[in-house]
Amino acid sequence: MPFKRYVEIGRVALVNYGKEYGRLVVIVDVIDQNRALVDAPDMVRGQMNFKRLSLTDIRIDIPRVPKKKTLIAAMEAADVKNKWENSSWGRKLIVQKRRASLNDFDKFKVMLAKIKRGGAIRQELAKLKKETAV
Amino acid sequence: MAPTKKERTASRNPSLVRGIGKFSRSKMYHKRGIWAIKAKHGGSFPHHEPKPASAPTAAVKPPKFYPADDVKTPIPNRRKPKPTKLRASITPGTVLILLAGRFMGKRVVFLKQLPSGLLLVTGPFKINGVPLRRVNQAYVIATSTKVDISGVNVDKFDDKYFTKEKKKTTKKGEGEFFETDKEETKALPQEKKDDQKAVDSQLIKAIEAVEDLKVYLGARFSLRSGMKPHELKF
Repeated sequence: MPFKRYVEIGRVALVNYGKEYGRLVVIVDVIDQNRALVDAPDMVRGQMNFKRLSLTDIRIDIPRVPKKKTLIAAMEAADVKNKWENSSWGRKLIVQKRRASLNDFDKFKVMLAKIKRGGAIRQELAKLKKETAV
Repeated sequence: MAPTKKERTASRNPSLVRGIGKFSRSKMYHKRGIWAIKAKHGGSFPHHEPKPASAPTAAVKPPKFYPADDVKTPIPNRRKPKPTKLRASITPGTVLILLAGRFMGKRVVFLKQLPSGLLLVTGPFKINGVPLRRVNQAYVIATSTKVDISGVNVDKFDDKYFTKEKKKTTKKGEGEFFETDKEETKALPQEKKDDQKAVDSQLIKAIEAVEDLKVYLGARFSLRSGMKPHELKF
């Protein structure tokens, strides 16, 4: 099983530990065996240990350590934001965030909706069962 | 008469060091204008005769008993207790979750804070069986759901409304001592039932305007597997 996601300049990664937890960053340079220089449009460029990064499938075309303007332009050109939000990983995170932000009344409404949906599914299933059983 | 002068609030003699003023006695004499007052009154400071001492209003008799040692008079307590500080998340109309007591887990509407600091709360009674009731802020979770409470008048409710009536202690004879005391089931006075209905009628209208809110208030809250209270958003 070969590796598919490589650490390279332009690789988009998700920070999975620390102050910037949950942020999408771009690897902009490799410092040494353990650390990378990492940058994002609304963040000060800084170093991060690879252990704090989870690599994604997305990769953009940038020179080594680009200026902020170039970085932002490259991210727009590659459409990183939309690619991320449409990927299954990105969608999962969005759903998790939404669920965590529900207040008690919202959770109650979700429960009612789930029950309603389950009821409708069971009704259809019963109908289908009756048809096939005959 | 000259227009009333503003009362002077600061001393005319600023202090340089504690106990030492900036100006000498003669300078202060001049600053206070004693020379001008004397000049106005023909050379001497105006002197008024002392008012005749009024007869003592009541002759105080010397006390019959003096305690052997000096009795210390306690310092008068001028402290007026304030009602407990209300959490910012609790405003009139907030849905609260009761955490203890007979109605634990019930979702309830907050009406107002009483002068004792307790929260006045109602089910509404028709929806979940919680009557107009007092509840302590500490035993309550405030949700972010609010109900429109503008049509409700809660001015008449205060702590005296909720105090228990004192039972009249009847002296029991020996024979009656062994008889089981028939507990008169205290029926709620009709007045309180009417109060409940009056408050709830407006509330229920506001609640039914929001979808699912009535069912929400009728259900109890409980923790399920996997729910972490410190991570839940209410």
